[in-house]
Formats: sequence, C-alpha cells, structure tokens
Amino acid sequence: MIYRKDIVRKFTGLILIFTICLTSLCLRAATISDSLPKVIQFNRDIRPILSDNCFSCHGPDKNKRKAKLQLDTKEGLLAEIEGRHPVVPGKPDQSEIYRRIISSDPEEVMPQNKSGKTLTPRQVALIKRWIEQGAKWEGHWAYNPPVRPAVPHVKKTSWSKTPVDNFILSRLETEKLQPSAEADRRILIRRLSFDLIGLPPTPEEVQAFINDKTPQAYEKLVDRLLASPHYGERMAMSWLDEVRYADTDGFHADNYRSVYPYRDYVIAAFNTNMPFNQFTIEQLAGDLLPNATISQKIASTYNKLNRTTEEGGAQAKEYLAKYAADRVRTTSTTWMGATMACCECHDHKFDPYSTRDFYSFEAFFADIKEQGVAKPEAVPVPNEQQTAELKKMDQEIANLQKALDTATPELATAQLEWEKEFSDQAPPKLSDWHSVGPFTAQTFEGTFKKPFEPEKEVDLSKSYHKGKDKWIAHPEWTDGKVYNGLKGDNSATYLYRTIEVQTSQSLTLLLGSDDGIKVWLNGKEVLSNQIMRGAAPDQEKVTVRLQAGENKLLLKIVNGAGDSGFYFKTGDHAPDNILAILKVESGKRNEAQNPELAKYYRTIAPALDSTRAELAAAKKRQDDFTKSLPTTLATTTVEPRVTRVLPRGNWMSEAGDIVTPAVPAFLNHSISTNKRANRLDLAQWLVARDNPLTARVFVNRLWKTFYGTGLSKTLDDTGSRGEWPTHPELLDWLATEFMDSGWDVKHMVKLMVMANTYRQTSVPDEKLRERDPANRLFARQSSFRLDAEFVRDNALSVSGLLADKIGGPSVKPYQPAGYWDQLNFPKRTYENDKGAAQYRRGLYSFWCRTFLQPSMLAFDAPPREECTVERVYSNTPLQALALLNDPTYVEAARVLAERIMRDGGSSAKDRINWTFARTLNRKPSDQEFKLLNDLYQEQIEHYSKEKADADKLLTEGEAPAPKDINTPELAAWTSVSRTVLNLHETITRY
Amino acid sequence: MDFFEHMRLQQSRRAFLGRAATGLGSMALASLLSPASTLAAVKSSLTKEDKWRGIVNPLHFAPKAKRVIFLGMAGGPSHLETLDYKPKLAELHGQPMPESYTKGQQIAQLQGQALKCFAPQFAFAKVGKSGQEISTILPNISKIADDICIVRSMHTEQINHDPAQAFMNTGTAISGRPSMGSWVLYGLGSECENLPGFVVLISSGGGQDQPVAARQWHSGFLPSKFQGVMFHSKGDPVLYVKPPKGVRDEDQKSVIETVNSLNGLFDQSVHDPEITTRISQYEMAFKMQSSVPGLMDISNEPQSILDMYGTKGGDGSFAANCLLARRLAERGVRFIQLYHRGWDHHGGIKNGVTTTAGLVDKASAALITDLKNRGMLDDTLVIWGGEFGRTPMAQGDGRDHHIKGYSLWMAGGGIKGGTSFGGTDELGYNAVDNPVHVHDLHATMLHLLGIDHERLTYRFQGRDFRLTDVAGEIIKPILA
Repeated sequence: MIYRKDIVRKFTGLILIFTICLTSLCLRAATISDSLPKVIQFNRDIRPILSDNCFSCHGPDKNKRKAKLQLDTKEGLLAEIEGRHPVVPGKPDQSEIYRRIISSDPEEVMPQNKSGKTLTPRQVALIKRWIEQGAKWEGHWAYNPPVRPAVPHVKKTSWSKTPVDNFILSRLETEKLQPSAEADRRILIRRLSFDLIGLPPTPEEVQAFINDKTPQAYEKLVDRLLASPHYGERMAMSWLDEVRYADTDGFHADNYRSVYPYRDYVIAAFNTNMPFNQFTIEQLAGDLLPNATISQKIASTYNKLNRTTEEGGAQAKEYLAKYAADRVRTTSTTWMGATMACCECHDHKFDPYSTRDFYSFEAFFADIKEQGVAKPEAVPVPNEQQTAELKKMDQEIANLQKALDTATPELATAQLEWEKEFSDQAPPKLSDWHSVGPFTAQTFEGTFKKPFEPEKEVDLSKSYHKGKDKWIAHPEWTDGKVYNGLKGDNSATYLYRTIEVQTSQSLTLLLGSDDGIKVWLNGKEVLSNQIMRGAAPDQEKVTVRLQAGENKLLLKIVNGAGDSGFYFKTGDHAPDNILAILKVESGKRNEAQNPELAKYYRTIAPALDSTRAELAAAKKRQDDFTKSLPTTLATTTVEPRVTRVLPRGNWMSEAGDIVTPAVPAFLNHSISTNKRANRLDLAQWLVARDNPLTARVFVNRLWKTFYGTGLSKTLDDTGSRGEWPTHPELLDWLATEFMDSGWDVKHMVKLMVMANTYRQTSVPDEKLRERDPANRLFARQSSFRLDAEFVRDNALSVSGLLADKIGGPSVKPYQPAGYWDQLNFPKRTYENDKGAAQYRRGLYSFWCRTFLQPSMLAFDAPPREECTVERVYSNTPLQALALLNDPTYVEAARVLAERIMRDGGSSAKDRINWTFARTLNRKPSDQEFKLLNDLYQEQIEHYSKEKADADKLLTEGEAPAPKDINTPELAAWTSVSRTVLNLHETITRY
Repeated sequence: MDFFEHMRLQQSRRAFLGRAATGLGSMALASLLSPASTLAAVKSSLTKEDKWRGIVNPLHFAPKAKRVIFLGMAGGPSHLETLDYKPKLAELHGQPMPESYTKGQQIAQLQGQALKCFAPQFAFAKVGKSGQEISTILPNISKIADDICIVRSMHTEQINHDPAQAFMNTGTAISGRPSMGSWVLYGLGSECENLPGFVVLISSGGGQDQPVAARQWHSGFLPSKFQGVMFHSKGDPVLYVKPPKGVRDEDQKSVIETVNSLNGLFDQSVHDPEITTRISQYEMAFKMQSSVPGLMDISNEPQSILDMYGTKGGDGSFAANCLLARRLAERGVRFIQLYHRGWDHHGGIKNGVTTTAGLVDKASAALITDLKNRGMLDDTLVIWGGEFGRTPMAQGDGRDHHIKGYSLWMAGGGIKGGTSFGGTDELGYNAVDNPVHVHDLHATMLHLLGIDHERLTYRFQGRDFRLTDVAGEIIKPILA
C-alpha cells in the first residue's frame, strides 16, 4: 500500500509541475514570440536544440537509437513511423516531435524526465515556428563545401578597410552597434608584435611607428613583422600543441627522443610561407612523395609524435592499438575539427561518424613502421651543410680507395719480389703457449700500466712471488678458441710463445681479450688497448713483420674483475684463391688471375700502408660524424598491418571486420578505389577543394589567434554540438579565400590584421560591455593574457637577455631541484643549460610530457600528450609565484635593473620613465611614478643597510653580476623591475 | 554558457557595478598617499572576486564527507599478501594455474611463460570486534579493522602502471582528462583560502619506484585552477613559494602591494575583469608564502603524535606525509592525495611487502586514529589502495600485475566501518562477488561528497564528460 501511495504522490506532483510549466509557458509565449528571429534557420536555431536534447537517443548512433526515430537527417525528420510523422511541414499540431515536447503526460513528454533535460519555452517556440515556416532543413553547415558569399554592403563604407570589415560591420549595423575607435599606435604596434612574432616591440620601434606619418605606415609594420624569422616561431607554437610535439615519449619512463628537426621544419614552413596544402601533405605523407627530400622526411615525423612506451610487461598489440587511435584523434581534430575520438567505442552520438569510419581512418596509418613496446627508431636527418660535409667525406673515401685500387709499375715490381719471397716461404712455426700470473696492482688502470717483471724480460725458468708463480706450458691451448679461466681482479696474466720463419715476412694476428690487452713482438709494443669487455674472436687485428728465425711474442691480458680470458689466431697465410693462383707460374696465369693477384697484393703492399691507414681514419671520421647528426622519428613505410574494427575499442578482440583505409563515409570523397588508399591520399583529400572542413577549421583558429575567440567558439568541434559560427558568411568567405589564394597562410594573416576590425580598441564602453560582454560581435578587439612561452620571451626580451637563435635541440631553462624525482627508468637529474642556451625562447624549452617545466605549466602550457587545440587562460596564485620567484624572472629583473641604471638616465623620474617605455611602451602616470618611486626609496634604504641581502639578490641566475655598479642601488632597482615584470599589463595583449 | 563565459560575465558585471558604486574620485586622492593606502583605495573600488564555490551549488544531496584523503599505494599492492586471504592458493602452490582462469586473459610480464600458483606469503588473522581478515604483515591496520571497510572485489581495465594510474585517477587511459581531485574541486570548490584545494604528496621505498606522472593530478580540459599542486619534500614545498635570495618577507610584501596598486590603477583605464582576479591571486600567493611554511612546520605537534605516526617529519616519508595530510585536512583542503611508490613486487614479494608494509602500515592507521580523535573522521573520506593488484601466479618469487580482482579499504565520512564487501574467487583471480569497478568507486566517492556523479559534467569537444564516463554504480551496502 505504501508503495502505491508513493506512486500516486509522485504522479500528482508531476502533474502539478507540468501545470505550472504550461501556465508559465502560455504567459511568456507572447514575449518570447516577439524575440524570435523572423526567419528560422535550421542550422542556427534548430539543430543545436535537437543535438543537445534528442540526438543521444534519436541520432546517428544506430545501436542506441530508440523507436527507430532519427532526427539528424532530413529523411528521418520527415519519415513515417507507425502512421505518424516526426515533422509535418507547416503543421506543428500534426508533428509528433512538437506534440511530444509540449506534452504534459509524463509517459509521453520528450525529452524524457529521467534524461534530466528540459526544453526552455523559447526553444519550444523556435521549433514551433520552424515547423510553421515549412520545416526547412539544412545540411550541417560544416559538412557542405564552403561557397564564397558576396561581400555584404555596408552603410558606413568609409570604415571598411578589407572585406573582413564588411562582414563584421554589416552585422553590427543590423544589431545597431557602432564599431569601437581605433586603438592608439602604441597599442597597435604592441598588439601586432605579440600577435605576429610573440615578442614586444622596442621603444625605438614604437617611436618610429608613431612618427611614421605615411599612409602605408601600418601596412609596412605588418609586412616587417610577417617577414621576421620570429613570425615562424610564433605560428609554430599553436601548431605544436595540436600535433602534440614534445621532447619525451610520454608513457611511463618518459624518456627523451629527438624530434626537434620537426619543430624546426614547422618554424621554417611558416617563415617561408609554405602553402598549407603542401604543409599538410608533407607531414602526413612526406615520406611517400617521389624523391622525398630530407625536409619532407622530417615533416613525416608528424605521424610518430604520439606517446610511446618502453614499459616492461606492456603488450605490443595493446599499445599499437593505443597509438593508432591517438593518430585518428589527433589528425581528425587538427585538420577536421572532428571529434572522431568518440567512435573508437561506438557510433558518434551527435555527428554522422561511425565506428567503421574510425577504424578505416586508422587504417591509413597501418603502414607506419613501428613497434608497440620499444624505443622508436631514430632516423638521421643531415641539414644542407651536413649533407655537403658527408659528400665531401664520401669523396675523400672514394679517392683513397681509388689510390688503393690503382696499379702502378712500382707496385708491380714490389709484387714480383713478394711473389718470390712467398713461394720460398714455409708456414710460420708457433711454439706452445706459456703463461704466468696473476700480477696485481691497486686498480685496473694501474695494472694495465705497470710493467711487471715478464714485461722486462721473458725467462721461462724464472718464478715470481717467492716461487709461487711459475711459467706453465699450455700444449692444450689451440688457436682460434676463446679461453676463459685466467684469474684475479685488477690483475695481469702474461702469455708467451715463439714464432719461427725462414724469411722475413708479414703476419696478421687476430686477438681477443677479457679485459685489456697489450702485445709485444721481439720486445717492441705492437698493440695496446685498455678496455673492459668479455673475450671474443677477432676483437683486435694487428699485422706484424716477422724477422727471419725466431720471434718472441708476449701478450699481457689485464682483468678488472670476475672472469678473464683471451683469444688468439694467426691470419691466413694468404686466402685460398690467392694460394691457388700463386701455384700457377706467372706466365701461365689466365686473364682473370693476374688482376686478382695484383688486387690482393695491393691490400698487403707495404708501400700502401699509409694510404690504408688514411682510409681507415677517413671511414672512422665519417662514421663518427654520422653518429653526431641530428635525428628525428621520420616515418618509414612498411607492408600495412591488418586493421580491424575493435568492438568497444577492445584491442584483444579479433571479432571485428577487417577494414581498409577510407575517409568518413558521409563526407565527399575523391579517393580512387583502384588500389589501397594511403596517407598521401588522405592528405590530398584533406586539402581537396571540396573538402568542407580543413580550410574552415584553419581560418577559424587563425581568427582566434588574432581576435581572441573563433568565429565558431568551438575550435575543436565542427560537429553538431560545436557552435554555429557567429559570422558564418565571413567564415566561409575566409575559407574560400584561403583555398583560392593557394592556401597562402601569410595572406590570410595579413588579411585579418589589416582589417579595421582588428585595429579597434580592446577597451569596451559600458554599453558594449552590457550588450556583448563576451565580444562575439567584434565591435572591439579582445584582450588576453600572453601564452606561457611569450610570458617568458617577453621578460627575457625587455631585459635584453633573450638569445636570438632560431631552432636546434631543445634547451633546459632553470627548474627547481628535485622536480624530476618521481621519474624513473632511469632516474635522472635535470641540469639547466648555461650561457646563451639559458635565454632561448620558451618554444625551445625542453618539453617533458610527464613533468613539464613548472612555470610553463603554471601559465597553461599543455603537456602535449594529447592534441590540444585551445589552451585555457587561467589566472592563478601559482602564476604569481612563478613571476615573483622563478629564477628566470628574478634574473631578468636584475639584468633589466642593470640596464635601467646604465641606459635610463640618472634621476628616478628618468629611470622609471625608461622602464615603462621598455616594458609597457608607454609613459607612467604621476600616480604610477609615485608608487614605484616610493618602492624604490624604501628598498634603497633597506639595501644600503643590508648590503649582504643586495649581494644575494644580485646572484640569482647565472648572468654575471656587474662589478662597476653600486649594489644596494641595483638591488633596489631590481625590486622596481620585478614589480613591473609582474604587472598584469606586462603579460597581457590589449 | 560554458564555465569561462559564465565567470567572465559575472566578473564583468560585478566589476562594473562595483566601480560605479564606489566612484573613481577616491583614486586620485589615494595616489597622494602610501602604496598600502593606494592599494586599499584601489581594492575598495573593485569588488573582491568571489572564490569558487563549486559548480554543484547547492549540493545534489546532503554530503557525508567534506574532503577526501586518497592514500595511493602506487605500483599495485598484492591483495593476496594484504587484504584478501586465499588458503586454496597455498594448497596449489607450485602447481599449474588452472587454464580456466587464465585462458584468453590479459597478461603483463608473464606473457608466454608457464603460469604456476604462488601461495600467500603471510598468515592472516581475524581482527577487531568485526573479525575482519587482514594480513599479519599489517599489524597496525589490523588494529583499526573496526573503522575500515575492505572492498575485495575491485577490478580495473589497464594492466600497466602508467595507464592504470591514469584510469584510477581519471576513469580513462586517454590523456588530457581531469583527475578525480580536479573534478571534486570543480564540483565543490575549496574551504581553504590560503592553500591549494587539491594537494599531492609523494613518498617511495620498498619496491621498484614506478614513475608517477604529473598527469595524475592534472585538470585536463577543466580550467587549470582545479589542478592538483604537488608539495615537495626537498627544496620549496610548493614550487617558487619562497621569495628570492636577499628578499625579506616585507620586501616581497612591498613588491606585491605595489604590483596590486599599479594593477588597480591600470584597471581604471581598461576595465578588465581579469585584473580583479589577478589582484586576488597575488594576495593568495603572498598568503601562501607564510601558510605553506606554517603547514610544513610540525614543531607544535606533540611527541605522542609524532610517535603515533612514526615520523620526525620533514623527511618526505609516507609517515611524514600522513601527518601532513591531517594538517591539510584541518586547514580545509578538499582533496589530499598521497602516493607511496613502493608496491611493484615482481620478484621477492615476501621481503618486498614486508619492507613496504613497514613503511606504510603504522602511519596509515595513525592517520585514521588521529582523525578519529579529532572528530574529523566523520567528514573525511579516506581511501587506501593501488592502481591494480597482483597475480595469484608466481613471477619467480613475486607476482605480476593483475586487474581482474584486487582489494582496497575505505574509512570515514559515510563509510560503514568494520565491514567487508565483495570477493574474489578461491584463487583470488576474478572479482566474482559484487564486483566493484573503478567507476563505481568514483561514483561512491562523489556520492559521499554530495554529488550525483551523473550530473557532474563538463562539455569538451561536444561531449558532456563525467568522471564516471557512462557507467558507475554507487556501492550502497558499504554506506553507513
């Protein structure tokens, strides 16, 4: 009974709630209907409502679809289901979806109560009006190829400087809003400098711009900045977030791997204004291009920037699945703004991507040579200069080889003598080995160097160590075998035998040793190698000249610890084929035999000894040089692995269909089906003129870079849950302009920053702040904090510490001791770089994925484990602590203080003015001056009394402290410069 | 409207109203005075930024716990040597593991090897009034048996340390998702003005030290103010918390006051709500310069407390961190996460567990007792456990990673003490009785904090993400 009562109570409650809702709905209907757009646009007004509230049960995921109802397609909306239609154009009352959303029956109402979703009265009214107006359907905006719209006419034509302005202004005119005034020139140059090169302007540059009265002043400035090599650095930053560029491999031990040539490729691509379609193709498939250049191979590192593991116990198959899925996420987000990640486990809930699409996309990358659990293969990538050097080395080697291959009359004469001598020779006669030892010293090195008695004179009858150690004969030691069993730590054992020959001749000795070895022939040292190793055949090879009669051969085997042993063999008297030729009389040899013999002779001719040595040295030089070359994880293609659909992402399952490379089925595709499609096909499809996504996604992100918010705010989601663009025509105009210009990135950047819209002040008036607080109409500029890298660059730049170098291996800025303590396999200590390398731009900071440099992390630099399209801009106490106390900023402040004192004049007024001009490109107000001057006075008083404190402050960081400046004064100015470097204005672009 | 837009609009309106109400005239006057009074004037012309009170406000239901202390046993403690006694395994010691268990299952380092049963290495005893069965290698945890609930049916989805820890923290192995501490902070905000709301402390010893990545306390796609802050045992406890050499606290104060005054003046010309936030963050940073050393300074702790934990403090040990955890809890820190990196016993498990348990057992129990004595256990949820368990099969004289069944314990805020929940099969392989998935653990934790795990969401890339993905059942039987 209680149970039933409960139900009744619940039901009554529900009815009550619905009655209230309905009443309020009616009351508000009139006001709502006034505020609705006159003409409802499906994509703008209706799709977001359906997507947020209906698609999870009635959307693209066929496995979760309820009641066979599909609301994400036109067919689905108009379909007949059991005699009813979701939508009957013009007739809301007959439309099932409308009937359901206004239903008061808890069994019928949609969205269902248990979903926790409800439609607002406005949303209900929108749907009603849309149906009334004929339920016009539109394909999702982002999936139709952009068509270039006409540039709209505006009333205030004088304001418009570029077509961009027409689009913005026409909307403002509709909204009855005025654009804001142009920012002053000081702000403009500061804004442009941060936006285009990520660095502040110098006071001189600011002055020059303010003084340039020519009409082209602004454009000249833009052109100068676009031509700066720092432009590429600035543009690379966001791209590196997207492709998740980092210096470590990310999983578990998070070890270093070299990929910086790829980072430098990206910088160069932006600097040389490489067309974006080429940029795309080279990264995804540079290795597949015919006659791929080194640069294109470097670009293909893109495919291998994912995290990898070396963890023991990890299963290769599982990790290969992880890497493959990561590539789909990154590539689809970076180029398409597609959230295909969802489809690893199920069909997409809101967009038409299927699980099959996900794995078919994965299959494009199935040809990448990789192992699931291993350190990825490093590919050497010499630059031009290094390539030239390698060529030179090849030439040198070829020349020496040629000298060795060239017959001369002198060699012919010498050969005849050798042949005669050889035919007279009997094979050398070797006695049994004798050994004595061990002889011990304190250390391995000491033992190796110390000449023990046998070294001075071999007397097999002698005994050592008070008779304990005698020479022992070893008839059992045959040549060509490794003998272990010599004894003693830090000990030497001597081995001795004689070699008897009838005539003087050369002999090659092949040796091995555990550990070090020295060899003497007839008392003369012929080999010495102080090394730690186990004994193996042919570790050493030395050719000696034997004298006629008896020769004395002495070996010293030096052991560090544990087992010790050796290996010995004489080189063949001559190879069999040569012995065969030599048996033939010289006049009777055939045509092939003479050159063969001459060739062999040249390999042993004493006259060529020095040439052979030179060749060996040249080869070693080349080998060393090759090892020193930069490497990257360039892609190598192999036979594609089998790709299957993994049910719910389960990598262990083999139940899913095998798939071949294909782009998402619902998007236009122009990939030929004759052969298996590859990464090159994928890249070309991404940048095909009819691809609806790539150009839109890229220009939208560019817009965000220069205006603070994208035209569609969701930079990483072009799907139905992404934001309908505020200015769809402008977005499409920009996308088509981008493609029509030949994917010219600098052209697009210039177009955006030349616009009058860009030049507006970022300070809103009160009306605008009320009307458009988030600045989505662009009636002003936006202000935003500098990115982590640029916060650093700015401080280094104004202090004058910044090193100007572009590219190269990543560098290590200051980092608190022990910050890497939680890393292992192996444990490692962080050592910051010294000298100029300490003052490189943030872009070049060593990017450790699991423990990113803490100041970078504090200012929202992403760890780059996953593709990151948009950084958050937080405002935290950890940022304050970093700017106040990180040695990077303290050092920058004290070096800036030194400049204040040297270059800023002599009065406090002049110096504070100078500091403001340098860091903020403006003059301080009287109030600002007073605050800083008061601080200075307080600090100079303190530091004059406590000089030791001043000295301490002035040794923060590695830049040398000046010897010729009064330290209390410098410390007090450091307090002032620290203050200025900490200002919100200093780290904000207005 | 998303989080940022919400905050921005709120601040923008408030800053505007505040300024209009106070008027700007006082500023010019103030400028004739000292930095401190300028600052005061500047501040009065701005309204103080509201501190984050959590997106779940009001709470979905009455909370049982206000904060969480998660004692992370990193490396994967063997349930078979600690909390889950399997006599049958002793019987089968050295014999092949029945294939019915292992066929087609995921294996880590034992891939391709003969799988043999390996007996539990320690005796277990029934302890406390409740008679909970706990390994004798944990004598102190045994003493608090009546306060804890042992869950013996945990299972997870990732078999290697790094992704398994990510799974335990974020509910997925994919990087870039928020950790549970960040979710909790996003949901509830912090009660602490002067310390971060999510603090991480790490110790090691007793087994091979598996790395623990900073990703484990990252806020992922949530705003980074919800990120965990790791406290270090060496150098500055919070990075960069100490003023530079040669800068006294009062000098630092002068610099910060001048920064804030200048920021306030500048705001008059740009009306940027971010400046209000910036000013309060510098104030917080300054407070941290004394609150953090205050937290770390345990000289006022009586000897009896130090003895109970078994630490002199300041050595970065697990015991020292447990004491700090209590001090953090007292100060209102919302989520306190400890890691002890010493449980990865692939070989020599007997000696290994002996050592690691020796480093962990006493302080874990002391923390519970100490919280209880202070009346704080009632609203503090304590969770003790690792990213996975270990195989019933031998790896030499150790055990490999195991994800199909393992144990952890919970205590405090809303947990029924002196109980056990769930169980594995007779060999400790599969969780068969009331299996508890990591998502279930998360759902229960959020529930105890007053949050419906299905309603704590954040939209990212078009999807409303949850800590519990699309799963998670509250483990009702263990709730008090």
